[in-house]
Amino acid sequence: MAQDGIGASVKRREDARFLKGIGKYTDDMVYPRQTYCYFLRSTIAHGKLNQVDTAAASKMPGVVAILTAADFAGVGGVPCGWLITGTGGPMKEPKHPILADGKVRHVGDPVAAVIAESLAEAKDAAEAINLDITELPAVIDMKKALKGGGTPVHDEAPDNLCFDWVFPDTKADVEAAIASAHHVTKLDLVNNRLIANPMEPRAAIGVYDPSMDEHTLVTTSQNPHVIRLLMGAFVLGIPEHKLRVYAPDVGGGFGSKIYHYAAEALVTWAAKKIGRPVKWTAERSESFISDAHGRDHVTHAEMAFDKDGKIVALKCETLANMGAYLSTFAPCVPTWLHGTLLAGQYTNPKIYCNVKAVFTNTVPVDAYRGAGRPEATYILERIISKAAREMKIDQVELRRRNFIQPNQFPYQTPVALVYDTGNYGASMDAAIKLADYTGFEARRAAAKAKGKLRGIGVCSYIEACGIAPSSLVGALGARAGLYEAATIRVNPTGSVTVLTGSHSHGQGHETTFAQVVADKLGISADAIEIVHGDTAKVPFGMGTYGSRSIAVGGAAIVNALNKVIDKGRKIAAHLLEASESDIVYEGGAYKVKGTDKQKTFGEIALTAYVPHKYPLETLEPGLEETAFYDPKNFTFPAGTYIAEVEIDPETGKTEIVQFTAADDFGNIINPMIVEGQVHGGLVQGIGQALYENAVYDENGQLVSGSFMDYTMPRADDVPSFKVTTTSTPCTHNPLGVKGCGEAGAIGSPPAIINAICDAIGADHIEMPATPEKVWRAIHKV
Amino acid sequence: MPKVSLEVNGKQVSADVAPNTLLVDLLRSTLALTGTHVGCDTSQCGACVVHVNGRSVKSCTTLASQVDGAKVTTIEGLAKDGELHPMQAAFREAHGLQCGFCTPGMVMAAVDLLKNNPKPTEAEIRAGLSGNICRCTGYHNIVKAVQIASGQATA
Repeated sequence: MAQDGIGASVKRREDARFLKGIGKYTDDMVYPRQTYCYFLRSTIAHGKLNQVDTAAASKMPGVVAILTAADFAGVGGVPCGWLITGTGGPMKEPKHPILADGKVRHVGDPVAAVIAESLAEAKDAAEAINLDITELPAVIDMKKALKGGGTPVHDEAPDNLCFDWVFPDTKADVEAAIASAHHVTKLDLVNNRLIANPMEPRAAIGVYDPSMDEHTLVTTSQNPHVIRLLMGAFVLGIPEHKLRVYAPDVGGGFGSKIYHYAAEALVTWAAKKIGRPVKWTAERSESFISDAHGRDHVTHAEMAFDKDGKIVALKCETLANMGAYLSTFAPCVPTWLHGTLLAGQYTNPKIYCNVKAVFTNTVPVDAYRGAGRPEATYILERIISKAAREMKIDQVELRRRNFIQPNQFPYQTPVALVYDTGNYGASMDAAIKLADYTGFEARRAAAKAKGKLRGIGVCSYIEACGIAPSSLVGALGARAGLYEAATIRVNPTGSVTVLTGSHSHGQGHETTFAQVVADKLGISADAIEIVHGDTAKVPFGMGTYGSRSIAVGGAAIVNALNKVIDKGRKIAAHLLEASESDIVYEGGAYKVKGTDKQKTFGEIALTAYVPHKYPLETLEPGLEETAFYDPKNFTFPAGTYIAEVEIDPETGKTEIVQFTAADDFGNIINPMIVEGQVHGGLVQGIGQALYENAVYDENGQLVSGSFMDYTMPRADDVPSFKVTTTSTPCTHNPLGVKGCGEAGAIGSPPAIINAICDAIGADHIEMPATPEKVWRAIHKV
Repeated sequence: MPKVSLEVNGKQVSADVAPNTLLVDLLRSTLALTGTHVGCDTSQCGACVVHVNGRSVKSCTTLASQVDGAKVTTIEGLAKDGELHPMQAAFREAHGLQCGFCTPGMVMAAVDLLKNNPKPTEAEIRAGLSGNICRCTGYHNIVKAVQIASGQATA
């Protein structure tokens, strides 16, 4: 293993700029003559927008322009990127205007944009805008929303139903299996609404260059090329060659920065209209009511077992909140990213899933770290632990009885996916050893002696990552392909510039991808630069989400590297006067087999650009190759997490006394970075289980709308972790990698809730398991 | 507008500021020291922590006029002669940062923590940094970084 190659815990090259405070985030950028944009947002959840009177505001000091829906009459709405077809036909897809047009549909819906010389002047002018809104009853609760009766969120969906999706079409078969089963466990649960809250609030700067008729959007995005495509083609009608989208350092995303937001289109459009750069940065309380939220499912599930504890069927019926408009990928989250994961790690032959997606007067809901897979895992791993308790079978043993065995791969689940590889017993073994599962009862007794209730909870999760084969997702409704692109540009003196369509916003791609290139080329990582996040530099890309960067983006890099190495071999064969088939590339040099003749990578690079002695008749000069990699399948990271909690029965407060994670991510490029991804995911999952909740009141006000109300996990809320890995390399990508970004957030909520239920002897407790809820469950009040 | 004069990262600066100008805006806008970040609007996240006369403060909740005559150190002033401060080096060593946005405030808070408590326990580190929110790392490696910087652990 090279010192800076695959498998080494190389320290991150990104760190220097971040630690010195010289990173470059969107809000750090200053453009000459820039103006400041402030959005006037609705404080009413649902209402008829009669008039937006900007007359007085327009005369306020410093105001450059005030934009309302009328300015965007000829402009498209914010598009949705995934079409779901349900039992009643294609989903309802109401227009999502740039600025509220005729109605306001959630608290935070933007009504006007004030552009001024300073932010303070823009804010002052916004206060002078006179809104005439006739308030309508807010549609908040999903069950009530589906009953209709009031004013629907959208006229197109009179009962607020976006779609009613069934997958697979097995209802009668599954219900028959449940009716005749030895044991049936039933569970009603809520997957609580969350807010991603990356620490950098969203921001966008629009710049227009009239000399070249070129637009630039600087934005906090996880996928700048996707924004260019969506905004250019579907909203503003700007062709790609006249639109640059640049996402510089981005301070975390977790899904919330995947989507195309109206603010991006507005600043881009306005920059041309006013002839000056337009800058907008969200304030945190604005992020709470304008960033897409996550989760928000209400589910009834039934799992049936035979007399040996083997699962025979699972039925899930879910209401999924879409919010007031369809965010970019919202419809695929509760459907194809959820229903297809309901087999879990188990040999369950019969599965039925029904999802009703509902419009409400709340912020749009879309993918948040895990996206659909945490919801599926929470159902499965809660219900199997409840079943274990009911059937008086150890929760580890019940899982083991149902695990897909290593000799069963590739394994076709009844919910479309084919798992390529895995060894679920191995990660279970690793977890129970590291957690000292067998010693738990002694620890429980010791806790009891000091008046504490101690519990242990297990979760064996699986996820589908590396999204995804384009032909497959196209058939499932995706309006995009999901490959990744990479260019390897070998410079004349042998240094290498890598252009990747993946985007790093904390994941450390600049380090990890350089390790892959250094390893494959046998050159120093110091000679390799990773470029990402700029459509003006990178040919194309689908961006970073769904733990796809190494599995799809990394694979594209490897394929481009192989093309470079192959071309270099032709050049080397010419220089060394040998047959191509006799030349091997190793240790950074082309060598003639069985001789000491060789040419280094640097010599070949120079020859490619100074082609004096070169096969020009058959080979072009230069050394630069591009690859588009379209994955053959999803990847399937899986593992087992074990949470151990102690609860004070006097206060209901839960302390996580130990948390163990054993993950199978396949091959690992940088173990240090992978562990960091797991730690971060775990705390987001623990946040969901114990602390975080986006709460709306019946009028549609977001009650937990700031960091003073929405409980973000802090350093003293969580423990240090025990993490380990097992490995069954992915069989269908060139690195054998699976992806590690979301596992922690997927596997930890059920482990924590299972541990709490075990500690207090409860059938279920809803997330977040606050001290009040736990105390009430203990004392049954 | 009132004039403030202060020392920032060892350099004497003065600026005309409105009475309601926040220290963080003076640093980011007037002085172009954009390493200090704004992550919230309720003084909860700590991304804006700087040192004023050697103590860590949230610059989003400090008026520029309050620091007239003070010595302010920001993240840009922590490294000396191109060498990372031991706390910065420890964050890199322990992989105590991911997206980097909370990092400046976290590092400044951690430096102040060790100044007051050179050998903190894990619980003291966690309590000491509870005014700073990180959404990426899960805190595990931040705690480790402070342990390394305080000579209580190695990477």
